[in-house]
Amino acid sequence: MAAAYLRWIPLLPLLGAAVLGLGGAWVQRRHGERAVAAIACLPVALAFAIAVRTFAALAAMPAEQRVLVDRLWTWIEIGSLHVDVAFLADPLSALMVLVVTGIGGLIHVYSVGYMRGEPAYWRFFALLNLFTAMMLVLVLADNLLLLFVGWEGVGLCSYALIGFWYADLANARAGSKAFLVNRVGDFAFALGLFLLFWTLEAHAEATLAFREIDRHAAALAGVSLGGWSVLTVITALLFVGATGKSAQIPLYVWLPDAMAGPTPVSALIHAATMVTAGVYLVARLDVLFALAPATLAAIAWVGAATALLAAAIAVVQNDIKKVLAYSTISQLGYMVLALGVGASGAAVFHLMTHAFFKACLFLGAGSVILALHHEQDLRRMGGLRAAMPRTYATFLVSALAIAGVPPLAGFVSKDEILWSALSHGDGGLWLVGWSVAGLTAFYMFRLVFLAFHGEARSEHAAPREAPAVMTVPLTILAAGAVFAGFLGWPEVLGGGNRLGAWLAPAAAHGGAHASHALAWELFSMVASIAMAAAGIAVAYAMYVRGLVAPERIAAWAGGAPYRWLARKLYVDEVYQALFVDGVLGASRVAARADARVIDAAVDGVAAGVRGWSRFQGAVDAIVVDGFVNRVADVALAAGGRLRRLQSGRINAYLYVIVAALVAVLAWQLG
Amino acid sequence: MQLADLVFYLLALLTVGSAAVVAFSRNVVYAAFSLMGTFLGAAGLYVFLAADFVAVVQVLIYVGGILVLMVFAVMLTHRIEDVQVSNRSVGTLPALLVVGAGAAILGYAVVTTPWRTAEPVPAEATTRIIGDLFLGDYLLPFELASVVLLAALIGAVSLSRKELRRE
Amino acid sequence: MIGLTHYLFVALLVFALGLFCVLTRRNSLGILMGIELILNAANINYLAFARFGPATYDGQIVAIFVIMLAAAEAVVGLAIVLGIYQTFHSIDVEATETLRG
Repeated sequence: MAAAYLRWIPLLPLLGAAVLGLGGAWVQRRHGERAVAAIACLPVALAFAIAVRTFAALAAMPAEQRVLVDRLWTWIEIGSLHVDVAFLADPLSALMVLVVTGIGGLIHVYSVGYMRGEPAYWRFFALLNLFTAMMLVLVLADNLLLLFVGWEGVGLCSYALIGFWYADLANARAGSKAFLVNRVGDFAFALGLFLLFWTLEAHAEATLAFREIDRHAAALAGVSLGGWSVLTVITALLFVGATGKSAQIPLYVWLPDAMAGPTPVSALIHAATMVTAGVYLVARLDVLFALAPATLAAIAWVGAATALLAAAIAVVQNDIKKVLAYSTISQLGYMVLALGVGASGAAVFHLMTHAFFKACLFLGAGSVILALHHEQDLRRMGGLRAAMPRTYATFLVSALAIAGVPPLAGFVSKDEILWSALSHGDGGLWLVGWSVAGLTAFYMFRLVFLAFHGEARSEHAAPREAPAVMTVPLTILAAGAVFAGFLGWPEVLGGGNRLGAWLAPAAAHGGAHASHALAWELFSMVASIAMAAAGIAVAYAMYVRGLVAPERIAAWAGGAPYRWLARKLYVDEVYQALFVDGVLGASRVAARADARVIDAAVDGVAAGVRGWSRFQGAVDAIVVDGFVNRVADVALAAGGRLRRLQSGRINAYLYVIVAALVAVLAWQLG
Repeated sequence: MQLADLVFYLLALLTVGSAAVVAFSRNVVYAAFSLMGTFLGAAGLYVFLAADFVAVVQVLIYVGGILVLMVFAVMLTHRIEDVQVSNRSVGTLPALLVVGAGAAILGYAVVTTPWRTAEPVPAEATTRIIGDLFLGDYLLPFELASVVLLAALIGAVSLSRKELRRE
Repeated sequence: MIGLTHYLFVALLVFALGLFCVLTRRNSLGILMGIELILNAANINYLAFARFGPATYDGQIVAIFVIMLAAAEAVVGLAIVLGIYQTFHSIDVEATETLRG
């Protein structure tokens, strides 16, 4: 069905970005920060309203036909390639739009308080609006190419926002790193896109529109490319693109550094929305991935490995934002794991709940950082519970949610992922996911206890609670972290898994486990609750009661495991050595070879010339000297005259050229 | 003489006359402005040659872009007071001789060559055809051209900026 | 009736004037203007041959490429002129004879 209002969802934030980007400096100078904030927040709020309307319109339609299309214009038409600029709302993208505009709007409001007093206030909001617009293009795109536009757009905004305080070289470096690492993934994405189009053109219909791809996917199932199923190659390439954006092994290294940006940016881009783009991509192309079991298996294990690795690293980080960054990577690992076992509905569900509680955690951390005058080290926090009660309460709720304490949102969605892994018949995946649940509970509560409990270790006296413009979004997000889970409340606990049913037409495997074994699901649930409780208890014992000194654990096995984790397993160092230094070293070798070879050649020629001259010299000495001197005199005189030819004057050279040309022409014709 | 012929001669006069001012004027500002006359006259000739799109491109790029750049360069490199004799010519006579000889040879070639001309087909709007050719047969040169332009852009920026000292 | 040779003669005159300009000017901007004249003369030729030759559009395409290259050339050339001006405080080519033998 056509719905012309869809275009306004991305267009309104884009308009806001244009106004702020072009005239924001003036607005801020003339009318102050409030005007800038109003211009920035209003379009996102309106977009949210339209998103709600879209959602309602979809809900009112019969379940099988929930599609709204807004076709704007034909973008590219070359040969068989036909690409429209068109927006598509189906259950999956409508849900994503709600998340992006809803949580994005809250973070806009929060930023109004957080960025107060920033000289480039307008630039921040212009970029934030542009990011929102690009993210909406990404999720609403009707075809892969338009999605790619949004994909690159959010990458660009992410780069600009990580390096927002670009005067500091470290921030600018972090931005460049994010951009470059993402470029590796994007390259694979583009290759996958080309290959997909090429194969579709050869074997079905030349198209890049999602619904057409879904329809023709089955036709590609038998096609092979160099011994591989072409679908495996395509999906693998697209997934490499997704690992870049969604920070999975091996391309996750940019996300921790991306914390150099302002905290609301970390919350919006690097926790709630952009990093989920990879998950969204795979969920969107669900039909395609379902036909490539080899890729799916790889995806599942990449997700599981990422979840475990990042959670382990998060345990030993001391920077509050770094802990949350690794936690984000770990949670994204969960989503990818779910995608890998074919449960894209569960992945999207976790994406949504994670957006709530992780955004809340990041914003809470932002309040803490602001209250402590940009102190980010957990070892110099503590005792903030009394000073910042609202931040503490919302942070605690979100931490409980991410740790998987029932009945909060994180518990429901994480449990669904674990259960999907188990019902998929892969006990190994379940085991990894289950242990990560324990680690998650531990590091989150280590964070909570270190920051909010105990005695104050900060040098800054009397931290104060953040203003209402910041605490209200926190409260709403925390409420989301509590209640979002009920949307997908599992059937085994008497719920209807409404979200699974909602996504079922878009994500074919959403609620597909209707006939599962009840006992096993309950077992999975109880086990994960026990694991979460154990994680929290250990954190409590170590950091509140002091029963076990953390230092003793750190010193275990000679301190080597702790050191490795604290240095993030040296992955950055290895990448530096392999890729950066590798390229530099190769160039250096090439330069040296160049010098050697060319030098040798030049030396050889010189030696030859020298030998020849010596021979000449001998001949000279024997042949009459006077004759030679005469020749030399002539040469000298000729040279003296000839040097005038090289006047250094362009016109003189041109004269020679033109005169020669005229002479040649005359000779040719005459 | 038909009206079209008259217009052709007027355009030719505009083109060649302005070119002569470019070549002989002693004031660089006059030279730059009469260059516009040449460009516009040439654009008119292109229309006569059934190349409407090229004519528009000529006006856009040459008059709108290159000429403005030229005027900017004049502005940036001359103090206003010495504009009067800013465009010296040296060695006019030998140059006239060489160029005259070259022109005579070329003119001789134009006159004596037996041109096999086809009857011109009726003119049609060329924009669509050229667009199709650029994205079809000439796709690779087209893409290369964009790379060349990008390289020129970067080169111009790096040539004309002030040297930054490494900290 | 205006034929091919008419156009060729116009192009010839413009070319000769451009050449003269390049040969005699001491101002590097004047030289660049001469080059533009020469390029325009070439373009007139291309389009004239395209019009009176076989009915293809290759000549027009080439003319567009020439305009494109002229733009690139002008940009780089003017950047060089500005660079020369910063170094020598003059754009007279006689002032920049540091490469003389």
